[in-house]
Amino acid sequence: MTTPLVPNLTLHWDDADSHTLTGYQRHGGYSALKKAFTAGADGVIQIVKDSGLRGRGGAGFPTGMKWGFVPQNDGKPHYLVVNADESEPGACKDIPLMIANPHSLVEGVIISSFAIRANHAFIYIRGETPHPIRRVRAAVAAAYQAGLLGKNIQGSGFDLDVVVHSGAGAYICGEETALLDSLEGRRGQPRLKPPFPAVAGLYASPTVINNAETIASVPAIINNGADWYKSYGTEKSPGIKLFAVSGHVKRPGIYEAPLGITMRELITYAGGMKSDLPLKFWIPGGSSVPMLTADHLDIPLTYEDMAAAGTMLGTGTPMVFDTSTSVVKAVIRWIEFYKHESCGKCTPCREGTYWMVDILKRMEKGKAQLSDMDLLVDISAQISGRSFCALGDAAATPFPAALKYFKEEFEEVIKMAGAQA
Amino acid sequence: MTILANSNQPKSNDNDLITAVIDGIAVRVPKGTLAIRAAEMLGIEIPRFCDHPALSPVAACRMCLVEIEGMPKPQPSCAITLTEGMQVKTQNSSQVASSAQEGVMEFLLLNHPLDCPTCDKGGECPLQNQAMSNGRADSRFEGTKRNFQKAININAQVLLDRERCVSCARCTRFADEIAGDPSLELLERGAKQQVGVADDQPFESYYSGNTVQICPVGALTSAAYRFRARPFDLVSSESVCEHCASGCSLRTDSRRGKVLRRLAGDDSEVNEEWNCDKGRFAFRHLMQDRITTPLVREHGELRPASWPEAIRYAAEGLRNQRAAVLAGGRLTLEDAYAYSRFARVALGTNNVDFRNRTASSEEQDFLTNHVAGTGLGVTYQDLEDAQVVVVIGFEPEEESPIIMLRLRKAVRNKTLKVIAIDSANSLGFKKLNADLRLTKPGNESAAISELIKDLQDQNSIILVGERLASSHGAFSATVAVAEKVGARIGWVPRRAGERAAVDAGLLPNLLPAGRKVFEPRDREVVASAWGVSVEHIPTKPGLTQLEIISSAVQGEIDAIVTAGVDINDVANHAAFAAALNKTFVVSLENRASSVIEFADVVLPVGAITERAGTFVDWEGRLRTFDAVMQESLALTDARVLHLIAIELGHTFKDDAKVTSLRSSYSSLGAVSKPGTMNLVAASTTKTGLVLAGWHHLLDNGSLQAGEPHLAATARAVVAKVSSETAQANGLISGNRVIVRSKLGAITLPLEISEVAPETIWLPLNSEGSSVAMQLQIDIGAEVSVSDGGAI
Repeated sequence: MTTPLVPNLTLHWDDADSHTLTGYQRHGGYSALKKAFTAGADGVIQIVKDSGLRGRGGAGFPTGMKWGFVPQNDGKPHYLVVNADESEPGACKDIPLMIANPHSLVEGVIISSFAIRANHAFIYIRGETPHPIRRVRAAVAAAYQAGLLGKNIQGSGFDLDVVVHSGAGAYICGEETALLDSLEGRRGQPRLKPPFPAVAGLYASPTVINNAETIASVPAIINNGADWYKSYGTEKSPGIKLFAVSGHVKRPGIYEAPLGITMRELITYAGGMKSDLPLKFWIPGGSSVPMLTADHLDIPLTYEDMAAAGTMLGTGTPMVFDTSTSVVKAVIRWIEFYKHESCGKCTPCREGTYWMVDILKRMEKGKAQLSDMDLLVDISAQISGRSFCALGDAAATPFPAALKYFKEEFEEVIKMAGAQA
Repeated sequence: MTILANSNQPKSNDNDLITAVIDGIAVRVPKGTLAIRAAEMLGIEIPRFCDHPALSPVAACRMCLVEIEGMPKPQPSCAITLTEGMQVKTQNSSQVASSAQEGVMEFLLLNHPLDCPTCDKGGECPLQNQAMSNGRADSRFEGTKRNFQKAININAQVLLDRERCVSCARCTRFADEIAGDPSLELLERGAKQQVGVADDQPFESYYSGNTVQICPVGALTSAAYRFRARPFDLVSSESVCEHCASGCSLRTDSRRGKVLRRLAGDDSEVNEEWNCDKGRFAFRHLMQDRITTPLVREHGELRPASWPEAIRYAAEGLRNQRAAVLAGGRLTLEDAYAYSRFARVALGTNNVDFRNRTASSEEQDFLTNHVAGTGLGVTYQDLEDAQVVVVIGFEPEEESPIIMLRLRKAVRNKTLKVIAIDSANSLGFKKLNADLRLTKPGNESAAISELIKDLQDQNSIILVGERLASSHGAFSATVAVAEKVGARIGWVPRRAGERAAVDAGLLPNLLPAGRKVFEPRDREVVASAWGVSVEHIPTKPGLTQLEIISSAVQGEIDAIVTAGVDINDVANHAAFAAALNKTFVVSLENRASSVIEFADVVLPVGAITERAGTFVDWEGRLRTFDAVMQESLALTDARVLHLIAIELGHTFKDDAKVTSLRSSYSSLGAVSKPGTMNLVAASTTKTGLVLAGWHHLLDNGSLQAGEPHLAATARAVVAKVSSETAQANGLISGNRVIVRSKLGAITLPLEISEVAPETIWLPLNSEGSSVAMQLQIDIGAEVSVSDGGAI
């Protein structure tokens, strides 16, 4: 049985004007807003809780529960911050979403802000990608024009201002507390927790930070109900998700499907392997999660099944590599990325990535020894779980995962280089 | 591994204690205590770099990782607050913790140059020490270390070696959280992360030297100490700073009789563990221009003399003369006490005054009734605990920088509001977020009277500075307001010895410990402490410094004994010089000074490092210290005075030992309640443009001699006026301004700033702006100004 695709956010991307207010409203856009106002703030939180929506930024934290952490009637301003700083190697779902359907995000922002009693929302978009920034800015401007943002939105008495903020080119700013520091005008480095953002986030006020896809999913849930959403996916991973398939497939792109679809199915939807070479390895959701092989193609893409397989669903943006790829070079590129993006705050990530790249570069040049593999495993272990934020853990992931399946290839590269020398 | 009473550790409250277990040992601590602090209490040392008890936790270095039961990953003990029943395992009992620490240490040494043999920190380096205790025996890193240009200046005084830096962010947090000068920051990212400053913005802070002291590696060094010594060759002595009335505890490090550096000492009640750059770096005066032998004047020239000859010469010159004592602000309590006794008994006079600065009879009355002999009054902790602190005629950062740090600490905690009554805004006032009431010099008493509405029902303290002596009625208004609202008053002089001088009775109406010259009972008590008959204490009221100078000029004073006095500090220095010229002058001094050219006999005394003594800080706290140079043969002022007194035929109950004088003073007891001050009304408001100003912390003060690096961090020397004043007087911002008194002029660049109306602000003793020397007027005096053209 093949899992069918369920276009929801992507349904009208073929329309020439899908990014405009007219295009969005032609298909019922902003109708969820009225329902949300009728349901009331607590009602919206309940619906989102019931839907089982989990954060689409990688960690998969239940969204409704996150909203519920925000203290009510505390006299402080609340903020909604949308994390659209999509920078993970291999992750490319929020950017196309914001290009093709920015109003779903804007409507989601309004409903979510209403639910958590925020009158000020920020959309933090990766700075290297000007096109989605332009599209979201235009969408926000159009929403203001149409009375969907600003004072007393649609007579509901609810006020909301939205700021679209462009990042300045740091991967770390996708980490939610670093993002907050960056938004406040500081250097982007992660903050000590507690306090958690729900209690003291942006400007030390209660703040909800959600991924762009998560927020964009909210209008459909309000429109169609929690049960509709839950009818897709599994019990622990309900709903539908954007799967951005990239790499050695014939038709890389966004495939919107229920959670639980398998990689084999996604590759089929993507037209099969690019040069009809066999698949060598794949990564479920960005370079931060451990790789899998052809043996794992039939495991359902859910939070729980991926965890059981020793990896993570992550952002749900699978990268596919065929046998023309050197796993050694792939690992080197990823770790170089983490070294380049390490913010420098904590020792393990700052120094550990520096060291790993040093060894891997040596390996690439044929100057490594077999014992360096143990050393790299050791260094990864010295970073993992000891760094300040998840970035260090991410940097410690690729090598041990690659070694698990491709130890011989590493040994071969080292030995071959030795023979050449 | 300091534990501070006021560190980031919550205050103990019996109802709020929890029990946690560290390495199997139960510990009861206040809720919110950090694991690393609790471990310290048990004597368990967890290695750390970024952790500092006085700075907010960052958990960046990861050196202090420990295992906590129930938590999957090792946790930074510097950021984990203990909860009831928490089980913490440090490197002593957990493989997870010790291997995590070893791993972090290996990482830290990866890019560290390991240049310990040439590093100033070698031998006292937490990185070195903890690499030995918590690191691997050797490194597995074979690659190329990260390179940076070697030491670069972050200001003229502090150098940064980025290769040695471990990115602990102590210095940057100090700059931001403690000093409030956040121009030191971490820049770049990843392995390129580095401490730095903006190109055009050096780390301008009066507290910059503290970053050198708290740096856990050799990344920050001072120009003054760099490559000068090895820590294991140094002898460290506890000492007390001689530069101002803050009373900082210091650690003085010397080698073979020479001071090589000074560090802030730990004293949670006073300076916590900070000090200012002046206290840290300005110590060359201890060794420079020293007078090493007695000198006597013969045929108009000073020539070296033996001690017996010089003492005899001095005694003969003073015998049966109409004499006076002008002993300035550098004196210890014991020395000041000796001068007080010497003047009364040996010279038979009450002509004694320590105030070599603007002074008034109203101030004298205030000091007599509210300061002298009152012991410990308002304290640093009181400032921290207050709801409102008013500073009047006192700029905390410039005039007593540790008060500034304590006030700022409370302001940052949002528990304190600072109100300032002064003539101009300043960086210090801004850092205190002060409610500044710009007041034209002379008009203070009106502004003070309005404080009632701010202080009503508040736990409030009023700090008054010595500058207030120039404002008629200001002390009276302060006392009146304080009495009305129940506020407490603290007097903050600028010099380290002034409070001791007041307590020792170096005023014409005062005997030691607040005893009064005109009170028969007081005279009896003092005479008995001195072991002299009461007739030996003169009853005739003495003269103030101003009166002594004018009397001497008129030939009514024959001889003057001076100590620590610079004639260039006062506006009437011409008269002062004439007075000294006309009289027999005995100068007790440790360095060449402006008095020496007038002296008939110069008697060298020990520098502050060469003798024991006690400074009394602004709180009235006794800051007792021992000699740093134990082997020094230098004499104290008291010892020299004792020799002259003996020559004059006087003996006292006690000898001139510091300890004897100290116990003699303390036998007099303390004043239990303030006296009644004679309140005076303010004079009429001055019209026309008047002079305002204060001393910059770093200026031409004689104790800062020979410190070019320190001097280079001084603030810009500019005149300041408000834009209205500029407009009214045709002054142009960025141009020079010429400030004129009847006797002279000062030309400085003009800055438009927040200044009181009809007021021009000048630094009082900076390069090109020596108000006493050049204008020969006091603050509050009328001046005229004109545009001095483009710079």
